[in-house]
Amino acid sequence: MSLQVDDLTLYYQTLHGDVKALEGATFSVADGEIMGLAGESGCGKSTLANGLILLKPPMRFVHGSVRLDDEELPVWDTDRMDAFRFRRISIVPQYAMNALNPTRKIGKMTVELLRSRKVDVRSTLPELERRLDLVGLSHEVLGMYPIELSGGMKQRMVMVLSTLLDPSLLMADEITSALDVSTQKAVARMLVEFRDRRFVKSLMVITHDLSILNQIADSILIMYAGRLAEKGSTDRIINAPRHPYTRLLIASLPKVGVRHRQTRLTGIPGSPPFLLHPPVGCRFRERCPAALPECGEEPPFVEIEKGHYVACWRESGTDAEA
Amino acid sequence: MSKYFRRKLFIYVLTFFLAVTIDWLIPRFMPGNPIQVLIARANLKAESAKVVYSYYMRAFGLDVPIWNQYANFWNALFHGDFGTSLWLFPQPVIKIILRAVPYDILLLLPAILLSWFAGNKFGAFAARSKWLDNTVSPLGYVLTATPYMWLGMLLAWTFGIVLRVLPFSGAYSYALMPTLSWIFIWSLLEHWILPFVSLFMVMFGGWAIGMRNMIIYELEADYSHYLETLGAPRRLIRRYAFRNALLPQITGLALQLGVIVAGALVTEIVFSYPGIGYLILQAIQNHDYFLLQGCFLFVIIGVLLANLAIDVTYVLVDPRTRTGMQGER
Ligand SMILES: Nc1ncnc2c1ncn2[C@@H]1O[C@H](COP(=O)(O)OP(=O)(O)OP(=O)(O)O)[C@@H](O)[C@H]1O
Ligand code: SF4
Ligand SMILES: [Mg+2]
Repeated sequence: MSLQVDDLTLYYQTLHGDVKALEGATFSVADGEIMGLAGESGCGKSTLANGLILLKPPMRFVHGSVRLDDEELPVWDTDRMDAFRFRRISIVPQYAMNALNPTRKIGKMTVELLRSRKVDVRSTLPELERRLDLVGLSHEVLGMYPIELSGGMKQRMVMVLSTLLDPSLLMADEITSALDVSTQKAVARMLVEFRDRRFVKSLMVITHDLSILNQIADSILIMYAGRLAEKGSTDRIINAPRHPYTRLLIASLPKVGVRHRQTRLTGIPGSPPFLLHPPVGCRFRERCPAALPECGEEPPFVEIEKGHYVACWRESGTDAEA
Repeated sequence: MSKYFRRKLFIYVLTFFLAVTIDWLIPRFMPGNPIQVLIARANLKAESAKVVYSYYMRAFGLDVPIWNQYANFWNALFHGDFGTSLWLFPQPVIKIILRAVPYDILLLLPAILLSWFAGNKFGAFAARSKWLDNTVSPLGYVLTATPYMWLGMLLAWTFGIVLRVLPFSGAYSYALMPTLSWIFIWSLLEHWILPFVSLFMVMFGGWAIGMRNMIIYELEADYSHYLETLGAPRRLIRRYAFRNALLPQITGLALQLGVIVAGALVTEIVFSYPGIGYLILQAIQNHDYFLLQGCFLFVIIGVLLANLAIDVTYVLVDPRTRTGMQGER
């Protein structure tokens, strides 16, 4: 198991109280697995990713545990986490376009970063250049300032940089959303390529765009309002979703997998609850077309078939219709 | 690149032309006739006053049509002639100004540079820990919020009147003549301390607060967060933040240096320190429009040169301006 997350709960401290951005997240990512993470804006996707690598105020660790390659990942201890960052776990952040220091040449920044992490620069640079070739960036970018690169180039640069030390897990947060469709496809293919070449052992790909996940992901995790709703193989999630929310999501897509139109997760009536005071019970209840009386209680995230988990009263307990 | 500088240069020349024109216009459209004031002070009889009046009008070149005066003004300017002072008639304005400039430089250059260095260091230091921030930052705010005049008077009162350890009026003892002797230099230094300290302290507070705020902003910037996710040590992240936070501070420094020739008006008045600021006050009090005009001209030139310096510095230190120039090629 590359990544094993257990009951991870993360809040944001605000003046008005805790924003319960992630509660009771339990899932795992296998070696070589590309897991997609999808859900409406504000459901806690970035919170989960940031919580695994850079957990700092106002984000607060409440409870839970994380294991990476069967070793405890001390996400709550930012000093101890430094040993894991970059070498074992990395992120291409949502803000990748602004992730590079604007007043340093990219190559110089890279060298300074590697030195500060006690990485042997001399032996790493050839690998860096090989990977630039792979993503179609000329070596000249190393002599440039970030502003001289296009958005897509910066993104690829950050991808190369984040994966330079071959981490076990790479989290890619919305790396396709700011790009045009053909570039999106290229970036998505690059992620697969990185996995195939073992630059990264496993991947967590965060996106709004289920059609991208349909192309590259082995499994998909659907989140709703700070909780996990459903996880299963890409095939099961796309073709046989079980959670009412997932079903609505899939139904709102125009012909999944065939059309590559920019598909946003819209079209479900209502809006997600505020996470400052989330409703008790199932958080989807207000919008759920299939709500039951027992939905006033929190549904457990249970495995209904091998590798397929759902948090819904309709699915757990009795055998529900497909 | 050269196109960029050509365009900049054109803007500077245009600005200079307009600013100088306005500088020339103001005294001419101000109420009151300076020559009349001069004559009134001399207490002459009516007939002789008339003669003297026409003499002065000619002497100051005020007897020709206004557009002619304007042309003559530019012509004289290019020959380094700023006109004649009324207050210290018949000394040329340029001489009076050049006599005052060294005092401004002596006072302001160290005050600006030292407060800039110390303030930036201190501000960066304060941004480092909560504890320091809570003690140092309020102090900085109090200092910047202090009016120069008030701090100046406080210092003059404390050290000059109560403790009687430092002089607080003039640039050197009134009993001395400027000579290159140790006594004179010592006197110069003694008189320099209080105005210097009052300027230094207020400016120091401003730089420190500015730096502290900029660093905190930079530490929250995306590139800082990204470096954190890569496990970069605090030292590296802080170094980048410091460098980037310094850019606006450089602009501020250059602007301050630009107005150096304007002197520190209030401080120089409080301490009767004979720099340009003090001259401006004297020029106004004595209706010496030509001297005032000359002083402002100095300020204009200073500000423009400083801005030019900023432009050049930015091209050197901030790549973002450089790529902006490439786009224009
Ligand atoms: N710094 C913060 N302080 C308080 N609340 C926050 C903070 N950052 C995020 N939140 C809240 O936490 C919740 C989850 O945010 P998060 O950024 O994880 O969403 P997301 O799923 O990544 O959304 P998007 O798709 O728009 O990126 C949201 O309700 C948001 O309002
Ligand atoms: S638990 Fe109930 S409310 Fe929630 S999704 Fe299932 S049926 Fe709908
Ligand atoms: Mg996000």
